[in-house]
Amino acid sequence: MLSGWFIALLATAYLGLLFAVARFGDARADAGKSIISANVYALSVAVYCTSWTFYGSVGRATSGGLSFLTIYIGPTLMLLCVGVIIKMIRISKAQRITSIADFIASRYGKSQLLAGMVTVIAVIGVVPYIALQLKAMAASVDVLLEHSGGSFQVLGLDSTFLIAVVLALFSILFGTRHLDATERHEGMVAAVAFESVVKIVAFMAVGIFVTYGMFGGLSDLFQKAAASADFGRLLQLDSSRAGTWTSLIILSGLAIIFLPRQFQIIVVENVDESHLKRAVWLFPLYLLLINIFVLPLALGGLLHFDGQGVNPDTFVLTLPLARGAESLALLAFIGGLSAATGMVIVETIALSTMVCNDLVMPILLRSTGNFVDKRNDLSGLLIGIRRAAIALILLLGYIYFRAAGEAYALVGIGLISFAAVAQFAPAMFGGMYWKQGTRAGAVAGLLAGFMVWLYTLLLPSFAKSGWMPSGFVENGLFGIAWLKAQALFGLAGLDEISHCLWWSMLANIGAYVAVSLNSKPDAVEASQAERFVDVFRFDSRNTEARLWRGKASPDALVQLLERFLGAARAGQQLAAYATSRRAEHWRNLPADADFVRFAESELAGAIGSASARVMVASVAQEEDLGLEEVLDILDEATQVRAHSRELEAKQRELEAATTELREANERLRELDRMKDDFISTVTHELRTPLTSIRALSEMLHEDPRLDLADRSRFLGIIVTEAERLTRLINQILDMAKMESGRAEWTTSEVDMGEVARESMASLEQLFREKGVVLEGDIPSSLPSVLADRDRLTQVMINLLSNAVKFVPGGTGRVLVRVSGAADLVRVEVHDNGPGLTAEECIVIFEKFRQGGNTMTDKPQGTGLGLPISRQIVEYFGGNLWVESEPGAGANFIFTVPVPAPDDNNGRQTA
Amino acid sequence: MSKKILIVDDEPNIVISLEFLMKKEGFAVAVACDGEEALAKVASFAPDLILLDVMMPKKSGFEVCEALRADPSKAGVLIVMLTAKGRDTEVAKGLALGADAYVTKPFSTKDLVARVKTMLGIV
Repeated sequence: MLSGWFIALLATAYLGLLFAVARFGDARADAGKSIISANVYALSVAVYCTSWTFYGSVGRATSGGLSFLTIYIGPTLMLLCVGVIIKMIRISKAQRITSIADFIASRYGKSQLLAGMVTVIAVIGVVPYIALQLKAMAASVDVLLEHSGGSFQVLGLDSTFLIAVVLALFSILFGTRHLDATERHEGMVAAVAFESVVKIVAFMAVGIFVTYGMFGGLSDLFQKAAASADFGRLLQLDSSRAGTWTSLIILSGLAIIFLPRQFQIIVVENVDESHLKRAVWLFPLYLLLINIFVLPLALGGLLHFDGQGVNPDTFVLTLPLARGAESLALLAFIGGLSAATGMVIVETIALSTMVCNDLVMPILLRSTGNFVDKRNDLSGLLIGIRRAAIALILLLGYIYFRAAGEAYALVGIGLISFAAVAQFAPAMFGGMYWKQGTRAGAVAGLLAGFMVWLYTLLLPSFAKSGWMPSGFVENGLFGIAWLKAQALFGLAGLDEISHCLWWSMLANIGAYVAVSLNSKPDAVEASQAERFVDVFRFDSRNTEARLWRGKASPDALVQLLERFLGAARAGQQLAAYATSRRAEHWRNLPADADFVRFAESELAGAIGSASARVMVASVAQEEDLGLEEVLDILDEATQVRAHSRELEAKQRELEAATTELREANERLRELDRMKDDFISTVTHELRTPLTSIRALSEMLHEDPRLDLADRSRFLGIIVTEAERLTRLINQILDMAKMESGRAEWTTSEVDMGEVARESMASLEQLFREKGVVLEGDIPSSLPSVLADRDRLTQVMINLLSNAVKFVPGGTGRVLVRVSGAADLVRVEVHDNGPGLTAEECIVIFEKFRQGGNTMTDKPQGTGLGLPISRQIVEYFGGNLWVESEPGAGANFIFTVPVPAPDDNNGRQTA
Repeated sequence: MSKKILIVDDEPNIVISLEFLMKKEGFAVAVACDGEEALAKVASFAPDLILLDVMMPKKSGFEVCEALRADPSKAGVLIVMLTAKGRDTEVAKGLALGADAYVTKPFSTKDLVARVKTMLGIV
């Protein structure tokens, strides 16, 4: 049995738990051990899911099918623009931004007018949204009580009012502990993250209960639903509503950052930019999970309560109750309570900061002339104003809820609020990315967009509620048809949200751009534009100091700080600032531009940038810098940046050059190593014949009685080795000349056949001595080639003497075949020697590598003949290679190209 | 009994001169012309000292030296490395592998004979 008292007790206990979580978060923050992790941050972003999600999604799904999803697709897409949000966070930290109103005002020259306008739009747009949350809570209590037949009233006050009071208390306790609004409310964030967990658990629990407990799982549910034509419609994507889909995605995408509570959580309360990266996937995942059971719940409700007239918005509660699952219904109630309270708490804190800093402060500063001069501590007053604002906003919400009741104006307010805050988009995005955007433009755009929103969306909703005549909707203002509120200029056929979005954005962006282009920014605006748009590369220290010139008394500035921040906090901040400038006490610091800037930013954290500027200006004799001067300074800063970019580019070039040099050096080192190896090998080759020559000469020299046979044998060896040494030295020099390109070449027309015949003739004797047959197959007429005749003869003789060396004496046969083609002459020297392995076919062309049995033939070979021959052939554009297999003889082949007819005069000498 | 010397080199003319030189000094001499043959001759001929060339086909002098030093039964064999490569690293490598002396080509016949005799304890 659910008695009123029991529900009240449960709700109170839950809120008590919330207090405990928040206290814990604050205590940890005070102790310097923040509990705000990336996960907590991502969960706190889910404050986006209000009771409108918790109860309303199911209701929307029963009428609009899948269109409820748009409200979640938009934010997911928006979060993917991580860069935009990071920039927003960076700017806000640099400028000590306290709210979205402060952000826009600060960008456009710290304008009090703009701050006030944004605040008014936000309050008008969002208070009804708060009322909606109160209504959801009231409705959920009603459902539970109706079920149990009880009622609940304390001192004649209804439960909703009591809840509102508790929420106000919570917001005051955890939202206004410190004056400095840029200081994070970690307790509040922790509580909100906790609530996000509670609401998703509750919602999924109900979803699982209905899907698997009341029906036989998802497929069963969908099959039953599909049986009814009417329900089946809900599962279809309605293409005729595509316009609505697009506009809803845009609206909700903008809302995820521009709703005051979202800006508060995502930007102001952000502790660490990297947390955003977690939120980018965790938050969409959260949305996905909380949406899985929306459609099953909607279908389940429609099937279960067919024709009983149960409000679909209450399915989350009524479905469990229908099955007597009271504790589950209570869990769902707590989930709904979480969704509503989370939204109300953050929203009122964000709004109260805006109301205090951007509406009340400017009025106070202006209306009471001697307000500034009074020597009292204002920090208490500021906190008081903020607390009163919280109470007032909640009261307004409550009154609106009472007044509106079941009226249309409340039901549709979620999207109406979204459309209101969407008006901030042009001024925000323009301010972040477009330096030409001016204050006048922002004011014009906001005003135009807001007016259109008011006329096409808010007022018609009032009219539908019957609070005002609906003539302007049905017939147009003053009966002018094209002023019909929801078919402006004859644009009919769109739903009201798309219609409003289209016209308000057209007016807003149009006015913003047009007026910006036709107005000049003042000095403060120009410098703020630079700071915002170039936040990632603004050299603050240097430029900031030059952007302010004047005289200030440090005492006056410090007094100002003490009055707005309180003596204790002011002292703390001053000490920290003095330390950062390496001074023992702020009294030792000059009251220079930097000091003034410090004071202004501290004040901005407390009372907003616009009011802070007014206050600082009141105690410092500021010299106005002309716009020209400011632009000069900024221009200079830009040039410095350009220079530094140039330097960076230069540095990169240098680095590249260094790398290149290092690589070249590596290559040289490698070459050097190769040369070293070469010299070592050459030395080895030279020392080998020298060894025999020396050893044998010494023996001959020392022993004159050596018998004649040994004597002449030794002398013979000495002569052979001396010849080998000579040949070696000549070939090494030859090779070195060719490699260094200093060899002398005489080029003329050469008949290759003649060269072959002459070479064969000159070696005839050698062949005959060894008993080797030498045959030629040489045609008499061959195309002549352009080459050095002596060099080609050298190649031929080298190949022939190699052949005769390796063929067996007596049975050896060497065949020389020359053939001509159109473009080359081909020469083959074929022997019937032992042949070469595939590996040997390659290595014999390396220097000092010899094939075959070197033991027997070593004295004749230098290991340089083939490398030199190949160099010669390649010099004339030909190739030299060998085709052979072990046991099958070897066939050395080289080609020399025949010059094209017009190339006859090509190479004379090279 | 005269001491036995094994000459290992792939240059026939160097082998001729070394063989003549050592025989004249009264040593018993055997000859091998590559690394593998050298190892076989060490087993069959059981020399007291080996004149070992480094750059040879099939097995280099370094490999022969390493193989001999890994075999405890051949521990007493003296090894003189002969090489035309005179770089310090080669000398160090040869000594590290267990050679007893390192002689660079071309060598003085007198010095080589003196050295061999000293090593064999014939003075």
